[in-house]
Amino acid sequence: MMPTPSYKTFLLPLCFLLLLTVQRLPAAPVELVVMSHDSFNVNKRLVAEFETAHNAKIRFLKAGDTGAALNKAILSKNNPLADVFYGVDNTFLSRALAADIFLPYPSPKLDHIPAALRLDPQHRLLPVDFGDVCLNYHKAWFKERDLAPPSRLEDLIKPAYKGLTVVQNPATSSPGLAFLLTTVAHFGDPNYLEFWKQLRANDVLVTDGWESAYWGHFSAASKGDRPIVVSYASSPSAEVHFAETPLTEAPTAALIAPGSVFRQIEFVGILKGTQRRRLAEKWIDTMLDRPFQEEIPLTMFVYPSNATARLPEVFVKHSQLADAPVELSPDAIAKGREAWIEAWTSAVLR
Amino acid sequence: MRPAKGAAAGQWRRWLAVPPLAFLGLFYFYPLMRILGVSLTGPDGALWAPLQRLMVQDYYLRVLGFTCGQAILSTLITLAASLPAAFVFARFSFPAKKLILALTSIPFVLPTVVVAAAYDALLGPQGVVNEGLMALFDLATAPVQLKHRLTLILLAHLFYNFTIGLRIIGGYWSQLPETMTASATTLGAAPLQVFRTITLPILKPAIWSAALLIFIFCFSSFGVILILGGPRMATLEVEIYRQTLHLFNLPMAAVLSLVQIAFTFTAMGVYTRLQRRAAVAITPSLTKRAAPQPDGVGQWMLVAGTLFAMLVYLGAPLLALLLRSVMTTRGLALTYYRQLFQNPEQSFFFVPPISAIGNSLFFATSTLVLAVVLGVTAAAYLAGPRSRLNAFLDPLFMLPLSTSAVTLGFGFLIALDRPPLNLRTSLWLIPLAHTLVAFPFVVRSVLPALRSIPASLREAAALLGASPSQVWRTVDVPIMGRALAVGAVFAFTISLGEFGATAFTAQPQRTTIPLAIYRFLGQPGALNYGQAMAMSSLLMLVTACGFLALERLGDTAGREF
Repeated sequence: MMPTPSYKTFLLPLCFLLLLTVQRLPAAPVELVVMSHDSFNVNKRLVAEFETAHNAKIRFLKAGDTGAALNKAILSKNNPLADVFYGVDNTFLSRALAADIFLPYPSPKLDHIPAALRLDPQHRLLPVDFGDVCLNYHKAWFKERDLAPPSRLEDLIKPAYKGLTVVQNPATSSPGLAFLLTTVAHFGDPNYLEFWKQLRANDVLVTDGWESAYWGHFSAASKGDRPIVVSYASSPSAEVHFAETPLTEAPTAALIAPGSVFRQIEFVGILKGTQRRRLAEKWIDTMLDRPFQEEIPLTMFVYPSNATARLPEVFVKHSQLADAPVELSPDAIAKGREAWIEAWTSAVLR
Repeated sequence: MRPAKGAAAGQWRRWLAVPPLAFLGLFYFYPLMRILGVSLTGPDGALWAPLQRLMVQDYYLRVLGFTCGQAILSTLITLAASLPAAFVFARFSFPAKKLILALTSIPFVLPTVVVAAAYDALLGPQGVVNEGLMALFDLATAPVQLKHRLTLILLAHLFYNFTIGLRIIGGYWSQLPETMTASATTLGAAPLQVFRTITLPILKPAIWSAALLIFIFCFSSFGVILILGGPRMATLEVEIYRQTLHLFNLPMAAVLSLVQIAFTFTAMGVYTRLQRRAAVAITPSLTKRAAPQPDGVGQWMLVAGTLFAMLVYLGAPLLALLLRSVMTTRGLALTYYRQLFQNPEQSFFFVPPISAIGNSLFFATSTLVLAVVLGVTAAAYLAGPRSRLNAFLDPLFMLPLSTSAVTLGFGFLIALDRPPLNLRTSLWLIPLAHTLVAFPFVVRSVLPALRSIPASLREAAALLGASPSQVWRTVDVPIMGRALAVGAVFAFTISLGEFGATAFTAQPQRTTIPLAIYRFLGQPGALNYGQAMAMSSLLMLVTACGFLALERLGDTAGREF
């Protein structure tokens, strides 16, 4: 017969040990859902660090382009899909705030972000990054023909520049809309329409989106025959960074003269109805903090909003920010948007 | 008089409508009702304002006119081009036939941006053809100028939909017994006369099927219109997209969606009625026999000419893509392919190409299974005795194919958001969405074959004591085997190439090949473009392999019966 006491002698220490382990075992990680547009990107090391530091698990949802993602967030506001939403830009800011889907959060990290980027005084939407939408031109193309590259918007309607420009339809593309807004701010309403009518007469080409303009028609990027395209001030850096063989000089340049650049700012916010408000706030702090901000240029090819973030070399060398982007408030954009697009469509397309 | 067994079979058939109806009810009508409801009754929503705008502005009437016009033209052109090819593939066997057939379906899966780039590399102002011609004849300007937008749209629709005509008509044609045409010829009929009086009437159901699918596809065409048509052209689908995503005008989008649905439902009602009337009962050749080799110079010329035309039209752009994916500044190299495996920025969303291929295949296979099960049940029901319900359901089953993806996507979002159906961020949402589009293809592929079975064949089997399921197994299944393979190929392809719904359903960890292509095209730089081309080439390869596997599967299944 087996000696039964042996069990009991083991049982007590075993229980004790079990208790210890249970205490040591971390609680199940808390899930945080972050929703964004398609172009969002993040370094996986930063995500892992956040997850360990806060015992969290982040799940990312990508919900289509900027317009589609915001629309989804608004439509699902009674039963939100996520805790945090990233990707509202200043052209959609008023619409997003009017839908009342965000909670205010005055993050301490806002201190390092220039006031010009903080467009929501109640801090429901906090600026993460920005990009300058402007004209890009193919340097070699102009050099070969001994033609000066455009130096301001007005150049585009000169006879020498006939048939050289490709832009995007503001009704279907966000850089397209940004460029239309540039002209509205620069020439004023309704004078911008006069500019567009002359641009049409000067054989401007309109495409549905950035991809078909850049890859389909821009002479520097494809077999296209248009040396001027609407893109971003950071595009020349991307050309160098993603070159097939190392380049010392960018094949393209951006036109960043005053009055020719629209600064597109992207925001993050906490969605109303979240059960993880504290954790969401921590994630927003992380997004605005230096380590994350310094990854932004090379992962998303836009500029960090945090002024203390260092820029990578390729950005410093090959891209320049505009000193004076055009000024157009989100409210003015919300009010004018549909009418401007309609008027543009009539003037340029029909 | 109907035998008792036949009546029993009729009773049994009625239940077949239940699974497809339940599926459509849950994943199509319910989400659609919800989004239309929200759009039209919301705080800024009303039915009247957009309706008035619709009536007052002739712009929308022109959009509807253009939508129909280009769809009809595209359908006619595609049918005219695919009919001779269908004949060649149905009646002759020649080397590499299966491979060529698999290759013709590849255009179907390619993203429009990529196809546009391929054509540009080929026929653009600095494309291969133009540069060659300019060098050869010492010309100053490019001789080939494809500037006319409508022509571009029609050419692209032909490129995409050629395979629908070829497969549906060709598949049906190959099952026709040759005895009928042979006897007509023996009796002294000229070949053209034989075609007009015998072959064409028998082929009608398959031609209607193909025409319907092509028409609906072009009617709701999106990418081709946006990218190749340019901003001056808009179909209803494009207009719905603009209104929803960029102007936030949900009421207007809802009204346009309703117009689109009502219009296609009516058009399909007419079509399906015509198709029904066209059905001719034939005794299909059940024994699998190989088509003969072409005989004599004339037939060889016909086969070679058809294949050559197909090669130039469908093959050249694909070849241009492949070439573009290996062309680097240092000559031919696999730089872009190697780069696909790199993640230099340590991106969280990096998906190695193998995973993207795996995800795509997973979704495509799930879609195939779902679409085939639902499609065959629906077709088996529709092939049954005529009734008012039957005539109503036939066009109804086609509706998802023509409904705006944006509208339906938002519908999913607000309708399927609570347990037990909290599918908004579920993995299964993708195959479910793909099945909605793929299942009508299976129905249209299988239905002509099922309808061609003479009632007497089933009745004879029943009289001899076969149970309904035995009749189904021994009569229906072997006859529709070929058509089923065609439907399955389409279901598979639709899922492989689908972009919109997949992007919409928010699964960054489950990136598919088309999604990866778009991601690369989103940023400047030669490496990105090259990787997009490499990924497109991989998509072509996966598609071709998938088809060959499916064909083989179809063949073994065919032999077993």
